[in-house]
Amino acid sequence: MYPSFDSIIETLEAGKMYSFPGGVHPDDKKSLSNTSVIKKPSLPELLIVPLRQHIGSDGICCVEVGDTVLKGQILSQSSSPFSVPVHAPTSGEVVAIAPHVVAHPSGLTEMCISIRPDGKDSWCNLFPIANYSELDKNKLIEAICQAGISGMGGAGFPTHIKTSTSKPVEFLILNGIECEPYITSDDRLMREHAWQIRQGLDILTHLIGPKAIVVAVEDNKPEAFEALNIACQDKKDYRVVSVETKYPAGGEKQLIQVLTGREVPRNGLPADVGVMMFNVGTCYAIADAILHGKPLIERVVTVTGEAVESPSNFRALLGTPVSHLLDEANYNPKKQKAPKVIMGGPMMGFTLSDATIPVVKTTNCLLVPAKKELVDDNAERPCIRCSACADACPASLLPQQMFWHAKAKEYDKAEEYDLFDCIECGACAYVCPSEIPLVHYYRQAKSEIRIQRDEKNKAEKAKQRFEARKERLEREKLEREAKHRKAKEARLAANKAKEQNAVAADKANSAVDAGATEAKDKVAAALARAKAKKAAMQAPANGESMTANNDEHNNTTDDKKAQVAAAIARAKAKKAAQAQNDIQEESADEASTTEAPISQASSPEDEKKAKVAAAIARAKAKKAAQASQSIASSTEKPAGSNDEKTADFSDTETNAALSAEAQKKARIAAAVAKAKAQKAANKRENGQPDESVSLQGTSAQSNEQSVSQPEAQLDEKKARIAAAVAKAKAKKAASQKEYGSSHSTEADAEEQNVNSPKEAGVPSTSHQNNSASNVNAEDSDRNSSAADEKKARIAAAVAKAKAKKLAQEGNGDLASSPDTAKQERSKASEQNESSTNAAQATSTQTSSQPTEQDEKKARIAAAVAKAKAKKAAAEQEKESE
Amino acid sequence: MTISTAIIFAVIAIGALALVFGLVLGYASIRFKVEGDPLVEQIDAVLPQTQCGQCGYPGCKPYAEAIADGDDINKCPPGGEATIKKLADLMGVEPKPLDAAHGEEDVKKVAFIREDECIGCTKCIQACPVDAILGAAKHMHTVITDECTGCDLCVDPCPVDCIDMVPIAQTTSTWKWDFESSPKGDIPIKMVS
Repeated sequence: MYPSFDSIIETLEAGKMYSFPGGVHPDDKKSLSNTSVIKKPSLPELLIVPLRQHIGSDGICCVEVGDTVLKGQILSQSSSPFSVPVHAPTSGEVVAIAPHVVAHPSGLTEMCISIRPDGKDSWCNLFPIANYSELDKNKLIEAICQAGISGMGGAGFPTHIKTSTSKPVEFLILNGIECEPYITSDDRLMREHAWQIRQGLDILTHLIGPKAIVVAVEDNKPEAFEALNIACQDKKDYRVVSVETKYPAGGEKQLIQVLTGREVPRNGLPADVGVMMFNVGTCYAIADAILHGKPLIERVVTVTGEAVESPSNFRALLGTPVSHLLDEANYNPKKQKAPKVIMGGPMMGFTLSDATIPVVKTTNCLLVPAKKELVDDNAERPCIRCSACADACPASLLPQQMFWHAKAKEYDKAEEYDLFDCIECGACAYVCPSEIPLVHYYRQAKSEIRIQRDEKNKAEKAKQRFEARKERLEREKLEREAKHRKAKEARLAANKAKEQNAVAADKANSAVDAGATEAKDKVAAALARAKAKKAAMQAPANGESMTANNDEHNNTTDDKKAQVAAAIARAKAKKAAQAQNDIQEESADEASTTEAPISQASSPEDEKKAKVAAAIARAKAKKAAQASQSIASSTEKPAGSNDEKTADFSDTETNAALSAEAQKKARIAAAVAKAKAQKAANKRENGQPDESVSLQGTSAQSNEQSVSQPEAQLDEKKARIAAAVAKAKAKKAASQKEYGSSHSTEADAEEQNVNSPKEAGVPSTSHQNNSASNVNAEDSDRNSSAADEKKARIAAAVAKAKAKKLAQEGNGDLASSPDTAKQERSKASEQNESSTNAAQATSTQTSSQPTEQDEKKARIAAAVAKAKAKKAAAEQEKESE
Repeated sequence: MTISTAIIFAVIAIGALALVFGLVLGYASIRFKVEGDPLVEQIDAVLPQTQCGQCGYPGCKPYAEAIADGDDINKCPPGGEATIKKLADLMGVEPKPLDAAHGEEDVKKVAFIREDECIGCTKCIQACPVDAILGAAKHMHTVITDECTGCDLCVDPCPVDCIDMVPIAQTTSTWKWDFESSPKGDIPIKMVS
């Protein structure tokens, strides 16, 4: 692959050298300055120390404006492993920390610390390390880093990075070639400070531990070669070799190739081929840093060119403005067309844009060419494809191809021609007969490509960020949707639960909280009253009924009214029903006012009362029968088509009509009237609307009571029946069953009773159109039970609530009836249209289908009934008293 | 061997060959299947990824897809001439001048929030396609300059107009050699030799 270590040593011993391709032999012009000893220039008025003087990142400034600094004091701290600190070149005051033009072809500014020297040049405390060979290598490397040493050959690579390599190093090469024309700084340094360079080499050898040490000096510097030879003569393994003068032999890769025959791979480091190379200036600085403790604050700078009277080498403090050194070298502006200073050599340097640019660690030369030294700016002519550049290229590239593509801005193609292997030595431009500044094109192309790479990296990062953001937004959206969906589901579930519990809860609430229901009832009643007025307007019979004070008549008129109301608005029907309750209640009130004295007087003597009532009722019944028949026929027409209720109504009306004839009916009517009277008497003190609403239930109850009384039923039983009926109005079937079961002995009478409340109650209540009327409740219950279990459950819950209510309150009946009314209202409004049609059928099925529920209901009803019975008994007792 | 047997052998041989090649090709089509549309990826790699939407598409990838589907290549102002050239090379079409309807090529800019004027409304944060704006509600926002693509999308939403697009300051590391501003031929030794 490449020459082995032994063969290289053999070659070196034989004094033979390898070579690198190409190369040029320009006039070296070193004689201008190589005879002048290194001078120390006077202190400039201002020193400008850039924070970054090397490849890598800036350090962090650790002084402030106004601070007084000592010579060698650290000014910036390393912010990354790739940065080295800078130090105060002399003692003085920090006058500015600001951007300043720096040594860069762009003439752009970078952060610089300006120090005004105080002239004392007093050092800070120095910590030399004399016994470096006993010290840990890392400590030495740290000391080198803290001394701010970076490569002084030109590139400025931080030395501590280089020395801390882990790769095995076969050759440590000290580069004393200095192949570029004009420059003599290294030459002078080697001549004058060979011993210190040798000391630095010792340190590096200790640090790196190479197999062989080679000091390479170009053969045009025999004095330097001799000096180094003398300095290294006691060390046999330090080989000082003289290298043939050929530009650019001083290039790192080229020198490695010359000495070892090895080629540093592309994108590789010399360490990859087992070689490490240091500039003699760096070596000198390392010796200074370790043995004297002095940081890197000065360097040798050649100021040369024909425009300076006395070209010389200066040991210039870093930060010394270029203009100061030019003055020291007696710069003669007359010899230039325009002021022009080149920093670096004539082949690789760049023109400075400002004379105040400071000397930095990599500044080895300041070239001030005279007029005739300069090439005309517009000397560029077209490429003639002579390929002289290719012959001269030390990197074996094809300069004209790269130039071609670089000029056409086809950077990718230029890259294909290995543009980045170009070391910008300028050999191609030197040989070009067309005066094409080839290196400039390469530099431009390189910076362009670097920027494009940066942009591409940035674009890649932006893309990643954009995609990450998109992903995040998408995720957030999904999460939000999921949340909303969950919330919706929860809401729906809650609604369902509410629906299931709503009525029950409502009932429970209203039942438990009598006050609340009362308030509600009041509102409902108020609404109902308004509707009743409407209904009254549509049914003039209402007034008639009011005046007639006949229950049955009242009922029939109510019936009519209710049907009208139902026809108008079925949804409002329940309210209307309450209103009718109101009306009925009013009528009942009236009845009670008229009949109350009688009934009350006769209340102890039931029979008498009943008879009187019956007598009155009979008379009324006759009237009512006539009226109701006519009304029934009229009301049947509109309502019958729509409703089952109307059918019910018609049935009840016909019943009522029949009852007008029948004694029983009359008795019932009488009983109703009387019961109402009783009730009214009992509840007179109660709020009207409440009473009105509740009265239906009580009326029905009292109906039964009154009906049963004439038949000499036991009070308890009566009461129980009444209670059961009132309750069972919600669950007719259940109540019927219960009646059937519990009162089987009194089948006829009971059935009559059962019927009678139905009939009497139906007229009285059902007209009210699903109002508080129990019949409607029953209907709807049936419907619901037939329709679905839910309703049944609701009904059961309602019943339970009612039972509680009843158990709690003596007015349970009263309270329950509005409850049922409400419940019905909701149910009826839901189901009126659909269920009522099926209601007939379902009513027939109620006995068979909803038996389980009926049982349940029956049980509840029984419980309720018991409570009611107690209440009724108490009332009865009261009444009797 | 009669002619008929020869024909039969030939048919069998050709059939066997066809079968073998069919199997090989079938296997290759599975084994070396190309996922997705590599062209879109290539175009996307050329686009500057500012995600500015000046091309009329919601981001660079959608525009890359549109170009792959035959849309014009000159709708990307941030990419400018260089991008158009690359796209032309990639798509094998002639480079066109930048479509002025989508904007002008401009120097690279980044958003800068005048922080004392920021009211902390977070609107620019929501607008930023690359999450390069830092801040919280009712707190000052600031732009992460390194991440800003200069897409301009945060400027309009700002209710107090405190966002400026400032050109990126050139540093020595982003500087390009420019023949107009720097002299070319500075190899003085040439004249002497």
